[in-house]
Amino acid sequence: MDKRSRIGARIAAEFKDGDYINLGIGLPTEAVNHIPEGVRVTLQSENGILGTGPQPAEGEEHPDMINAGGGFITANPGAVFFDSALSFAIIRGGHVDVTVLGALQVDQHGNLANWMIPGKMVPGMGGAMDLVTGAKKVIVAMEHVDKRGNPKILKECNLPLTAKGKVSLIITDLCVLEVTPAGLLLKELSEGVTVQEVIDATEAELIIPDELK
Amino acid sequence: MFKRITAAEAAAMIKDRSRVAIGGFLAVGAPESLIDAVVAAKTKDLHIIVIASDWEDRGIGKLVANRQVRSAQVSHLGTNREIQAQMNAGEIDIELVPQGTLMERVRAFGAGLGGVLTPTGLGTVVQESKQIITVDGKEYLLEPAIPSDFALIRAHKADECGNLVYSKTARNSNPIMAKAGRITIVEVDEIVPTGELDPEHIVTPGVFVDYIVVKEV
Repeated sequence: MDKRSRIGARIAAEFKDGDYINLGIGLPTEAVNHIPEGVRVTLQSENGILGTGPQPAEGEEHPDMINAGGGFITANPGAVFFDSALSFAIIRGGHVDVTVLGALQVDQHGNLANWMIPGKMVPGMGGAMDLVTGAKKVIVAMEHVDKRGNPKILKECNLPLTAKGKVSLIITDLCVLEVTPAGLLLKELSEGVTVQEVIDATEAELIIPDELK
Repeated sequence: MFKRITAAEAAAMIKDRSRVAIGGFLAVGAPESLIDAVVAAKTKDLHIIVIASDWEDRGIGKLVANRQVRSAQVSHLGTNREIQAQMNAGEIDIELVPQGTLMERVRAFGAGLGGVLTPTGLGTVVQESKQIITVDGKEYLLEPAIPSDFALIRAHKADECGNLVYSKTARNSNPIMAKAGRITIVEVDEIVPTGELDPEHIVTPGVFVDYIVVKEV
């Protein structure tokens, strides 16, 4: 399995049968290819659909059928369309069980920054602030370090925050970290990765359980 | 009751410096005939209220590319480099608003409310200069209603009472914007005889609709 698939499969392992799920664009969407057998989830997209189906075959795209990333989608049987205010009532109102997003930075307090780099890139927060504020469980899925090899998991985020203290789980190519009141708990290592490699790639302090030492 | 007009007649009503709420999400569900007519009318210094700035050549991106937008309340700019360039050059004022908050602020105006209380944005820059109100021990930001002079929206069908139905994910912000314009102008694929739309399926009642344009592009 390549890196992307591994992360996708690990995200999908968090899904429970019956969950309503919102996946951010990019890496988080990889999870749809790895949903365990017997687990039925309903995907929400904030532009106004519950029950997003697979990508349409080439030539079968409908111009009015996109997800929040602008990609063409289909609707599963039982799908519903709704307006943007209702969509965010679902999101903000705590009716989404799991949301999975990428991050520029995440820190040991569960703070997330993923919507701007001052002076460089200002794509805007879109629906991310509402998703992170309202979803029952917020998972960050990303590469452990940035393109230059710098840590993205920090003691304190220094980029503008998306939300404060809302992240509960971080899934990367190296490991899985749980945000606890005491700090970041190393829960699992990816195959072939050592504790020291994770420590070296992380700025935040880690709590290492005995069984991983 | 609504009046049927052309896109050019609609655009002629919109004066320089108007506040215009425009439906659509990444240009899906954008009223392209109306936007093209506003581009042709060369209306200046518009304030636009939109979910996203779409693409340079689609949706509201066409107004930005034609330098007709002075300011915007918007949640996402990531697909439009031109608007980011104009923002960085100080040519366009941008208020970035979380998408759910933006929708509620627009909805509030249409519903006659002064604003809404939301937890979204607490502890972030969105909170700056905003009032925090505590309800039942929980903190919320007071987010004021967003007024607009005109709402330009896209629906699938209207009947002769102005009742509207939409198409799939092209619905998005359109029913919200429809309620919030002092004048609401709707672009539709077709106008069908009254009675053809099931009252149980109508999304926007005709009471919110002032003008209808049948799509021209």
